[in-house]
Amino acid sequence: MAFVPFWFVLIAILWTGFFVLEGFDMGVGMLHEIIGKDEAGKRAVINTIGPLWDGNEVWLIVAGASMFAAFPGWYATLFSGFYLALLLLLAALIVRGVSFEYRGKSPAQRWRGNWSRLLVIASLLAPLLIGVALGDMLHGLPIGADHEYTGSFWDLLQPYGILTGVTLVAICVLHGSTFVALKTSGVLRDRARRLARRSAPVTGLLVIAFIAWTHVTAHGGAFLSPVEFLAIVAVLAAWALVRGHEGWAFGATTLTMALCIITIFVDLYPRVMVSSTNPAYSLTVHNTASTPYSLKVMTVIALVLLPVVLGYQAWTYHVFRRRISDSDFRPPPPKPATPPAGAARRPRRAGLFARAQRGSRG
Amino acid sequence: MREDLARWQFAFTSINHFLFVPVTIGLALLTALLQTAWHRRQEPEYLRLTRFFGTLLVINVAIGVVTGIVQEFEFGMNWSAYSRLVGNIFGAPLAMEGLAAFFLESTFLGLWLFGWDKLSRRVHLATIWLVAFGSALSAAFILAANSWMQHPVGYIRNPKTHAPQLNDIWALFTNPVFVWSYAKVILAAITTGAAVMLAVSAWQLRHGAHRETFGRSARLSLAILVPAILLAMSVGDELGVIEARYQPMKIAAAEAQWTTCQPCSFSLFQIGGGNDDHTPIQILEIPHLLSLLATNHWNGKVIGMSVLQHQYVARYGPGYYVPNVFIQYWAMRVMAYLAIIVLFVGLWGLWLMRRRRLERTRRFLWAAQWMVILPFLINTAGWLLTESGRQPWIVQGIMLTKNGLSPSVSTPYLWISVIGFFLLYGTLGTIDLILMMRYARKELADEPVPAGADDPIPAVHY
Ligand code: HDD
Ligand code: HEM
Ligand code: HEM
Repeated sequence: MAFVPFWFVLIAILWTGFFVLEGFDMGVGMLHEIIGKDEAGKRAVINTIGPLWDGNEVWLIVAGASMFAAFPGWYATLFSGFYLALLLLLAALIVRGVSFEYRGKSPAQRWRGNWSRLLVIASLLAPLLIGVALGDMLHGLPIGADHEYTGSFWDLLQPYGILTGVTLVAICVLHGSTFVALKTSGVLRDRARRLARRSAPVTGLLVIAFIAWTHVTAHGGAFLSPVEFLAIVAVLAAWALVRGHEGWAFGATTLTMALCIITIFVDLYPRVMVSSTNPAYSLTVHNTASTPYSLKVMTVIALVLLPVVLGYQAWTYHVFRRRISDSDFRPPPPKPATPPAGAARRPRRAGLFARAQRGSRG
Repeated sequence: MREDLARWQFAFTSINHFLFVPVTIGLALLTALLQTAWHRRQEPEYLRLTRFFGTLLVINVAIGVVTGIVQEFEFGMNWSAYSRLVGNIFGAPLAMEGLAAFFLESTFLGLWLFGWDKLSRRVHLATIWLVAFGSALSAAFILAANSWMQHPVGYIRNPKTHAPQLNDIWALFTNPVFVWSYAKVILAAITTGAAVMLAVSAWQLRHGAHRETFGRSARLSLAILVPAILLAMSVGDELGVIEARYQPMKIAAAEAQWTTCQPCSFSLFQIGGGNDDHTPIQILEIPHLLSLLATNHWNGKVIGMSVLQHQYVARYGPGYYVPNVFIQYWAMRVMAYLAIIVLFVGLWGLWLMRRRRLERTRRFLWAAQWMVILPFLINTAGWLLTESGRQPWIVQGIMLTKNGLSPSVSTPYLWISVIGFFLLYGTLGTIDLILMMRYARKELADEPVPAGADDPIPAVHY
């Protein structure tokens, strides 16, 4: 039945989408203090993702809910097995979500400083924890014949899982700093570029280590699979491009992130969670799948809705494509005695609508 | 112990989620109405009100969203046996909710918030309507899932494993329990949002400087509040009938009715009661009212809990199938009595509005301000009635709550999570309340009202 592999692929796509999109949000969260430096700078950096992060986070929710609907057995074992780790993840997501919204709601220094610190910690924890979980799923966990997790919290902290988590955090840092370089101007852009340049080698080495270990874990053999190979090419490209071409560099970090996640899912298939107790106990797409009817219904819904979602999310990125500068957030200079007719500092609007509006006024 | 902890945790987190959700649904609609008024009439007061209440909406959404993520994870974390068994049915609406509603709501909220100076006015107005639509839509899917737990439909039993399997997705959305409770929840949300707007406007009218402006929002919220609560009450009446049909134990428990009666009266109060006291002292019985509520007939019959208990034992095997009668009885009454208070305050406001004394009647403004607590209590009571009345079933007739637990999650883990959520929600709830109050009491910002009607309006920033 073709729906089962289709849903596996779709879930892999949803996780990839989450990491590509939330990946730079997490990076921006981690880096906003370093790149921003003063209050105006921090606000400018946070505002590069201001209108976007909430929509990006929904990728995670949809990925989780899709696992629930399409592979209930996977969802059940994963979420109950990773209990304490997920609790921590929830705390991180909660703190991160409110810190965006609440940071600016009081002018007090301490208030903003505290929310900033929480934002940094939460943005680091979230990809780390999810990364550890993804790594563990592939490397194997104590899972019994009844598909229930039998280990303790400490069994989740395996070296491979931790490397996966750390690698994803490093990619988030690189991805986030190229994003800020792309979306800001002036000193912020310079700082972001410098940071990207410095973090690129570390990220590159981590990705290479991660790919090598994944390769050994999953199938060994002398040759890398195409996806694994491309992941390394992508991170090297990012390293090379970060020097001047922000647009291309951002493209390369996007690819790096996507390919690392895809590698995990490609190597998993047809398993979804490997049992280290006994390979025969591993969860697979077949022994965890939902019923054919449910999968069919869900397929129709996803094929109708997902393109629409992609459409309006892309449009959002188009609307907010303008670069942001820290001077947008500094208090305006004292007004001249007679303000010049026609506001000179009027922010530039998206071209399309600007034209339409001017036309209607004429 | 594990069952109790997991239930406490679910109850605590979902009650919290549902403190914020109705405010989001209701306030999004009202903000959209304000912005539409501005769009139509071009009066700057409406723009200022839109931005003012929009800020409150955003503060609230932040917590609504993060508490929702917890809900989504909890099924797998605490109720994995349940998820394994019914994921193919229950998971489907959840996934659809994400795809259809959450993406819509969150993306367009970002566009609305940051797009003031980037979108044309018409497109910008459309974004707030899409936010309102998205939030109402998300309630639809989650309620379809919840209604399926109350009254399972659209499934067959697997011949071999006996597990329930979805065979008609459409049945989930035509489930009478869903149709009526969706109407109820949306009306409850509009009532809640209107009560919040009314309370804020009342405070501003008492203390603030912008009488004229907040008079408008007070009138708008009153004009919405009264019809919404009246409809919510009539839908509630119909829900009683639905309940009597599909979950007779629930309605019997709500009246502490152990023996079958016909016609049945409704007691305003009782002393004693609970699962061990089958003969509480009932005070002020209103003849025929329970018959009307449960069957829509003057002389309708309501089957008693003792009788139902025997029937259930015969059908499902030995066990105790009676929910917590004390909670049922009082949840029903708290909901209904507080609803009547809100309705009367609303009618008082409408009467004052007709006589053009609304803005100046300080006693009314004081009452309207404090009344804001009531819808939250009503909502919580309503959900307690619904969810606690489903016990001991997690899915009515299919799975018992105690069988739905995660086998691999130990008691200490549950303690850690219960305490963790308690502390986290407590802290954030307090911060949210403080922020809401601080912003609700702010002076209206002096909008740099643009000279030309088509000049861009500066966006909001973090
Ligand atoms: C402001 C909101 C509000 C108001 C004025 C009322 N309710 Fe309510 N009620 C709710 C808000 C609510 C709710 C929180 O939204 C519930 C919980 C579950 C649901 O579907 O709606 C609910 C559920 C609910 C149920 C349970 C449905 C089920 O078990 O599935 C019944 C029987 C009633 N209501 C009956 C009433 C009656 C007779 C009312 C008239 C006085 C009333 N409600 C006013
Ligand atoms: C948002 C409003 C909701 C509130 C306030 C609420 C309240 C509650 C309460 C009080 C309990 C504990 C029952 C008891 O103590 O006996 C409970 C349990 C539960 N509810 Fe809800 N609920 C809400 C919505 C939902 C929805 C929409 C779903 C499903 C989609 C749901 C699923 C559950 C589950 C799985 C349990 C745990 C098992 C059980 O005790 O039956 N709840 N909820
Ligand atoms: C009757 C009960 C419920 C209603 C009416 C409801 C409705 C809503 C609404 C309107 C939102 C938008 C966020 C906000 O602004 O507050 C929301 C958020 C959310 N809800 Fe609920 N919800 C209910 C219960 C649940 C349950 C039981 C779950 C678990 C599956 C859940 C999962 C979520 C999630 C994941 C979000 C975040 C979505 C985002 O990021 O935009 N909700 N809910």
